[in-house]
Amino acid sequence: MSFMIAGSLEEALTALAAGARPVAGGTDLVVGARQGKAPLPTSLVAIDRLAELTQIEPTDGGIRIGASVTHARLLTDPTIVSDYTALADAAALVGSPSTRNVGTLGGNVMNASPAMDTGAPLMVLGAVAEVQSERGSRTVDLSDLWTGPGQTSAKVDELCVAIDLPSRPARSGSAYVRLEYRRAMEIAVVGAAASVTLADDGTISDGSVALSAVAPTIIEVDGVAELMAGHLPDAVGAAIAAAVAEAAEPISDLRASDSYRRHTVGVMAARAVDAAARRAAGEEISVPVNRAIGVGASR
Amino acid sequence: MTEPVMLTVNGIDYRVNVDMGRNLLSVLRNELGLTGTKEGCDDSECGACMVLLDGQPVNSCSYLALQAQGRSVTTVEGLTPADGLHPLQRSLLEQGGVQCGFCTPGIIMSARALLDRNPSPSEEEIRIGLSGNLCRCTGYAKILAAVAQTASDG
Repeated sequence: MSFMIAGSLEEALTALAAGARPVAGGTDLVVGARQGKAPLPTSLVAIDRLAELTQIEPTDGGIRIGASVTHARLLTDPTIVSDYTALADAAALVGSPSTRNVGTLGGNVMNASPAMDTGAPLMVLGAVAEVQSERGSRTVDLSDLWTGPGQTSAKVDELCVAIDLPSRPARSGSAYVRLEYRRAMEIAVVGAAASVTLADDGTISDGSVALSAVAPTIIEVDGVAELMAGHLPDAVGAAIAAAVAEAAEPISDLRASDSYRRHTVGVMAARAVDAAARRAAGEEISVPVNRAIGVGASR
Repeated sequence: MTEPVMLTVNGIDYRVNVDMGRNLLSVLRNELGLTGTKEGCDDSECGACMVLLDGQPVNSCSYLALQAQGRSVTTVEGLTPADGLHPLQRSLLEQGGVQCGFCTPGIIMSARALLDRNPSPSEEEIRIGLSGNLCRCTGYAKILAAVAQTASDG
């Protein structure tokens, strides 16, 4: 058994190469161990204090979010809220204030829950993960990173160090909507993120939709851009809902049946497209959409 | 493996030996004798174990004690003055927001962090601030009223 608080990224990568597992907020790792899902690793390296991993910084082509940036920070960061709003919507729904204070974006991504809230927003925003080891650094598309429930294609010595997002087109907006039975400490029954770009005449020129909790991983829905292009946002809801229900491969569990999930994820996707289009048109819809427009659990 | 570690709790430095897998909650209660912080669900759902870590509420049941090294931990004992009550404690009593009291320390810590950050919260902001704290006795109306009263008393 060993525990180390990494003083530098190099130190963390060396520890990982020697077999340690990373811990940041511990909200999945420690809770999972206490629930008996998986024993606590025998060797841990804490990465939550590494300055390299806690920055949100502009890049040539967009923005780079360090893996140890917390949900609390995402939901208040001015750039995330204004330009990458779906990610702020999702961060605001995670757990409770205490979860959001220590839980990190990198932890959410690498825990690879199919019900994670930040995953669908990251997909529609075109994110890639930067993973690093002593052997080098590489970027991975999220669709290649997530391989199953709790499974990623990252090697055991690789650390997710950042999430890179491209800059947003003009007249674009995004939103994440979650079906929930309660307002805090909730896991998505289903969730949907949408990104919409509008043409000058108010019709949709481009868009994408990704889904939570309806497949073994977060999935992006094929053909959404073609389905929406040239139409006014008001006119696409039913077609989006149908395409999404078709793409979903939900399971039944204690939170919902497969048929309920298949139906409601279509409803959530249509609402996410609507909210994203309204934001693209310049309407202020506060974060998170769930509270602003009364989706999900009421009081 | 047990590691010697220095923990700063309520402004006091404690040197304790801690197993790697030990959560902060059990160290506070069993090594330091600070039993104001409660174990409710032990699953990070209920908030009875809420403490402040560098001023931010954190569930101490799912936080490794070793990760608290070099950070400032505040428990409900650290809020209460030597004589009398913290304003949040007084408001909870006056508003009838306490029945069995098991959730109260956690609620006080969440409310304290909220009011430190936002001295005049709206009801919605109070609800969000306390959304990680479960109470199974009172319902929440009187708890919300107590936090609002503390805020308006300044």
